Amino acid sequence: MHHNRPETRIHIPQSPTRPGDKPDFSHIKIPPVEAGRRPAIDTPAHEMDDLAFGLVRVLDDQHQACGEWKPHIAAQKLRDGLRYMLQVRLFDDHMFRLQRQGSLTFYLKCAGEEAVAVAAAQALRSGDMLFPTYRQQGLLVARGLPMVDMMCECLSNTHDMNKGRQLPVLYSWAEGGFFTISGNLGTQVPQAVGWAMAAAYKNNDDIAATWIGDGSTAEGDFHYALTFASVYKAPVIINVVNNQWAISTFQAVAGGENSTFASRGHGFGIPGLRVDGNDFLAVYAATQWAAERARAQAGPTVIELYTYRAEGHSTSDDPSKYRPSHDYDAWPLGDPVERLKQHLIGLGEWSEAQHESLIEKIRSDVSAAYAEAEQYGTLDKGPRLSLSTMFEDVYKDMPDHLQKQLKQAQEG
Amino acid sequence: MAAMSMVQALNNAMDLALEKSPRTLIMGEDVGFFGGVFRCTEGLQQKYGAHRVIDTPIAEGGIVGVAIGMGVNGLRPIVEIQFADYFYPAMDQIVSELARLRYRSGGEFWAPLTIRMPCGGGIYGGQTHSQSPEALFAHVCGLKTVIPSTPYDAKGLLLASIDDDNPLIFLEPKRIYNGVFDGDRDKAATGWDQHPAGEVPENYYTLPIGKANIVRQGNDTTLITYGTMVHVAAAAVEKAGLDVEIIDIRTIVPLDIDTLTGSVQKTGRCVILHEATRTSGFGAEISAQIQEQCFWHLQAPIERVTGWDTPYPHLFEWDYFPGQSRVIQALQRVLEAG
Repeated sequence: MHHNRPETRIHIPQSPTRPGDKPDFSHIKIPPVEAGRRPAIDTPAHEMDDLAFGLVRVLDDQHQACGEWKPHIAAQKLRDGLRYMLQVRLFDDHMFRLQRQGSLTFYLKCAGEEAVAVAAAQALRSGDMLFPTYRQQGLLVARGLPMVDMMCECLSNTHDMNKGRQLPVLYSWAEGGFFTISGNLGTQVPQAVGWAMAAAYKNNDDIAATWIGDGSTAEGDFHYALTFASVYKAPVIINVVNNQWAISTFQAVAGGENSTFASRGHGFGIPGLRVDGNDFLAVYAATQWAAERARAQAGPTVIELYTYRAEGHSTSDDPSKYRPSHDYDAWPLGDPVERLKQHLIGLGEWSEAQHESLIEKIRSDVSAAYAEAEQYGTLDKGPRLSLSTMFEDVYKDMPDHLQKQLKQAQEG
Repeated sequence: MAAMSMVQALNNAMDLALEKSPRTLIMGEDVGFFGGVFRCTEGLQQKYGAHRVIDTPIAEGGIVGVAIGMGVNGLRPIVEIQFADYFYPAMDQIVSELARLRYRSGGEFWAPLTIRMPCGGGIYGGQTHSQSPEALFAHVCGLKTVIPSTPYDAKGLLLASIDDDNPLIFLEPKRIYNGVFDGDRDKAATGWDQHPAGEVPENYYTLPIGKANIVRQGNDTTLITYGTMVHVAAAAVEKAGLDVEIIDIRTIVPLDIDTLTGSVQKTGRCVILHEATRTSGFGAEISAQIQEQCFWHLQAPIERVTGWDTPYPHLFEWDYFPGQSRVIQALQRVLEAG
């Protein structure tokens, strides 16, 4: 052994596979759909501890909905969900290519995680406030933000909702109840708890839902949020999207090896559901259950969405440097789009032909939206926001020192 | 009018703010049932209820994060951080979130928080109960930072802060919470009832944020200061018998630079006094701006009298504290130069 590369008594978690290895997910135990129990929402938290270690599932291996968690959901709503997920995926593909061609500075896809956001948005009410992190673009699509608006944000152009101040994908949409995304991780979780406490303070039954990645649960903010949510029984859903990877570090580095992320709330008396995040119906059912609990003043819920980040973290990293290639093909919980599609086909509510023509339609919509977005400017071409927007909104009204600096900037 | 200490004036301001709007609430450690470790919120929970004066867990990052969410949802939280020394766990929520919500969201979201925190030393608080962190906040664009020096100012500025739609850091010099302290540690602090600015109107009033106060008119030197040091400055000038103009800036950001440059252009000399550590202290910023705008009027180098670049010590508190003698020496050096 090299004298400066010791084996020590510190336990360093390791990913079970790395580049060059065959993908291996044999450590993941998938209980049968029928094994999942759906307790009444007023069940005491400690009597539901098992749910944080199981896996809420609805779709079985034949893509049929079964078990206690099977939600009542109309075929049209399922078709909408499929359409939203497809739209997110094709939108992501298009924007990723544009970044590679040099039209965008940055992009970040949510491939494989579309159900996590879309199904949750469909299970919540429009007055419920969403505090997402950066991989829930499905919330925007499901709540109806036009693609062109999303593109304008990514281009920092004259129609950008953020007025050119944020990286691509850090959207904000007040009208759609979608909180401005931070670039710092975990900060949105205590904010969601505070928003929910304010709803309770105002005696209305709107709730807040927030999303955080498995890696970021290590941030203090997550633990502050659990404390406050527990102490004040805030009507909030805290979603942990366990996509197994925080850029290059496997979820064990965030503590996923020793317990589930769903169980993080147990010490605070907050129940946790561990959910198959690639099962659209399971995400829908779990969100609905947690939302009912929150609205009934029964308290917060932690939901771990067990899923897989099908591609790299963003356009800035190369996943082949830290994990096996084609790993997503081996992911034992399948693909959310494909599974909902097969479920609808099995119900006689969808067909391959309809699916193909929907893809064509969305592709053409995405292209048309981008053609429109470009007209409002890009980073280096076309119309551009006025330099004064750089100095606006730092404060509600521009103070003297910023007015002087604006003048200096304008004089060049 | 009534004689009030700074604690009473702050309490009175928060009472009026809670009375004025049901959307205003107070949260912090020990602020509720007990009324705060410095008694600033005494009686308010009894009067307005536990839902409006909320005792929180000991988690400053959580308190501020949660208050931001409340602010986004239409409430107007007044947050108390028990000592300014304790705000560091909330730094990310203050800097990356609170200060920039409006900017990063294109004006869609904001949270009108007022974060109160007692600051400063001279109370044998050692290095974790004595700090003056105003320069850290001054460096964060999007925040306003206020520091009063009298009960009258404290009430008017706090009510203006609570009313302001921008996030605000409200620093309270705790050495003068209950009386005027002039820097002489051998002398008991005199009651606020002996000071003209201890006379406080009982009705609602505000003072403008971003407006300095010329505490004492003078012709030979400008002495710029804030917080506890306003009273140290006044005593030092009195003792030395000098013709000095003393300005209490009252607001760190936005700084009322015009009042400062107006005075320095008249006197041609400038001393800056603060309790915080020297390097990159707010005095450095004031000094830079005065130099930029008053260079051709200056007859002497600008002097800074500050705490030393050490943590606030327990044993050597009075060697650290920039007291009257250091102020007088600096004034004399500046007057004798050039």
